Amino acid sequence: MRVVLAEDLFLLRDGLVRLLEAHGFEIAAAVETGPELSRALAELEPDVAVVDVRLPPTLTDEGLQCALEARRNRPGMPVLVLSQHVEQLYARELLADGSGGVGYLLKDRVFDAEQFVDAVRRVASGGTAMDPQVIQQLLSRRAAEDRPLERLTPRELEVLELMAQGRTNAAIAGKLVVTERAIAKHTANIFAKLSLEVSDDDNRRVLAVLAYLDHGR
Amino acid sequence: MSIETKSGTGRTRAQGRTRDVALSAVRGLALAFVSLPGAVLCFCLAVVSIALVPIGVGIVTTPWVLTGVRAFADRRRLLAAEWGGVRIPRVYRPLPEGANPWARTFGMLRDPATWRDICWLPVDMTAGFVTALLTAVLPLYPLEGFAIGAGLWRVLPDGYWYGFVRVTGQTSALYAAGLGAVILLAALRLAPLLLRAHFRLTGAILGSGRGELAERVRVLTETRRDAVDTSAAELRRIERDLHDGAQARLVAVGLDLGTIEALLEKDPAKARELLARTRQSSADALTELRDLVRGIHPPVLAERGLGDAVRALALRLPVPVEVEVEVDLPGRAEAPVESAAYFAVSEILTNAVKHSGADRIWVDVHGAEGRLRICVTDNGRGGAVIGAGSGLAGVERRLGTFDGVLAVGSPAGGPTMVTMEIPCALS
Repeated sequence: MRVVLAEDLFLLRDGLVRLLEAHGFEIAAAVETGPELSRALAELEPDVAVVDVRLPPTLTDEGLQCALEARRNRPGMPVLVLSQHVEQLYARELLADGSGGVGYLLKDRVFDAEQFVDAVRRVASGGTAMDPQVIQQLLSRRAAEDRPLERLTPRELEVLELMAQGRTNAAIAGKLVVTERAIAKHTANIFAKLSLEVSDDDNRRVLAVLAYLDHGR
Repeated sequence: MSIETKSGTGRTRAQGRTRDVALSAVRGLALAFVSLPGAVLCFCLAVVSIALVPIGVGIVTTPWVLTGVRAFADRRRLLAAEWGGVRIPRVYRPLPEGANPWARTFGMLRDPATWRDICWLPVDMTAGFVTALLTAVLPLYPLEGFAIGAGLWRVLPDGYWYGFVRVTGQTSALYAAGLGAVILLAALRLAPLLLRAHFRLTGAILGSGRGELAERVRVLTETRRDAVDTSAAELRRIERDLHDGAQARLVAVGLDLGTIEALLEKDPAKARELLARTRQSSADALTELRDLVRGIHPPVLAERGLGDAVRALALRLPVPVEVEVEVDLPGRAEAPVESAAYFAVSEILTNAVKHSGADRIWVDVHGAEGRLRICVTDNGRGGAVIGAGSGLAGVERRLGTFDGVLAVGSPAGGPTMVTMEIPCALS
């Protein structure tokens, strides 16, 4: 799997390259500025891009803009955005095209190598990886005003949270130490209680949940 | 084609002028209705309260009353800038925080700006009232003339005076209509001028006169001291947070790593357990640093500017308040102004969420003509004041460094509208 990596801090870039290579990824390019990233994304057409929000030369949200631009040129191009802080505003922009293949994680998440690599793989295959903090913020806002959310049991809420982060039934089952069948039952209940359309496709299901949490649809 | 365009612009211009006059008339009427009772009330209260100072009662009431007078004058300053394009500087001496009523009363009474306020009130209830009323009457009075010309004279008592025309029959009624037309023509030119004259008059008295420069220097000195104090306190807080938080955690991480090194051979299971704890400590340190950074200079503000930073702020509010953010900024303000404005909005939103019980908040960020103007309105229960200890006083002091003004309109029962304006260039 070919990765383009954009990160301006040498130590972190180096660490990420080693981490990804150790897990069998091929680093197509590891760049440090926005323009270099744009070029690499256009020319190398990687399977997934791992991008820091803030990149030189402007040191504003150059990385995010490059990623969004690349997705406009090549819809659905998988991008995992890393940042020192998470903002719902950015999450919303990344999810706006509704085509999946996006991730938005705090840089701290690389501490847990297994989970981080899992997130990269998930995004590369068109899935979603949202930082638990984004989901927590969405949930706490929705929970205070939303009747349907109140009808969920604590367990179902837990499943909903993990599902919104982009995890598959199997992964959720592993995390909560129950069978996949039990999780499937929980998800069916959640979808019924929130009156969401049921879909067999994992990615579509995650996007539906995220849209529900963000806008109440 | 070109003729059409011309007549088109001609009509637009005429429409524009009519709209200007109508707008001036409405504003004049509103001003007249507010200025008379407001000024009379403020003036009476101020005079009575100051007269009661010798017997003690005044010492308690005067700060309240004078704060009210200042709020009344501030309102007018904002309107002068918005409706008349007249900028009236706000040059009150800041009062020491937590001062006792005695110090507050005499601090306020020693401030020349207080006396200018009190001198302004009688002028506002007379000359100010008349100019405001004339702005409204000039365009409205001709309507009566036209009505008389069109037949209203039949029902009026014989010998009714319209201006200097005595209406006795159709002919004199037409004269009255003619007079109305003349007044209307004059009004088209005069009404906006009169409104501006009202604000110029306000500015002439409220704005400091001879000692303007000296006053300015004094205000600058004080706001500078405030700014230095605030930033020193800020630095102390950051130092303390770093010292007790991230720094301490990193020391713990270092210690744990040492222990792990020693345990690696002897007790790998224990080492693994410690490793997990160490990772948690480093994650906690990062979280703390992140919160600290957000308090110093929020990342979104650095990355996207004020508009999106306020949007992100609205999304971060912990409670389900519906926040509508409207941004109209042609460019970015200087970083210190952006930051001050951001923290001001943050404080106001927090206040609204905590105290007002509002379920809807509107934020309007607007930059034009060298000014940044932000309006935060909520549909809560009102009753917010700029007073000692309230967050709004801090906001006012912070904005003061940039010559910014803060106005709070918050009647009991709501809604609350907080408006701030900071002079700045947008680029």
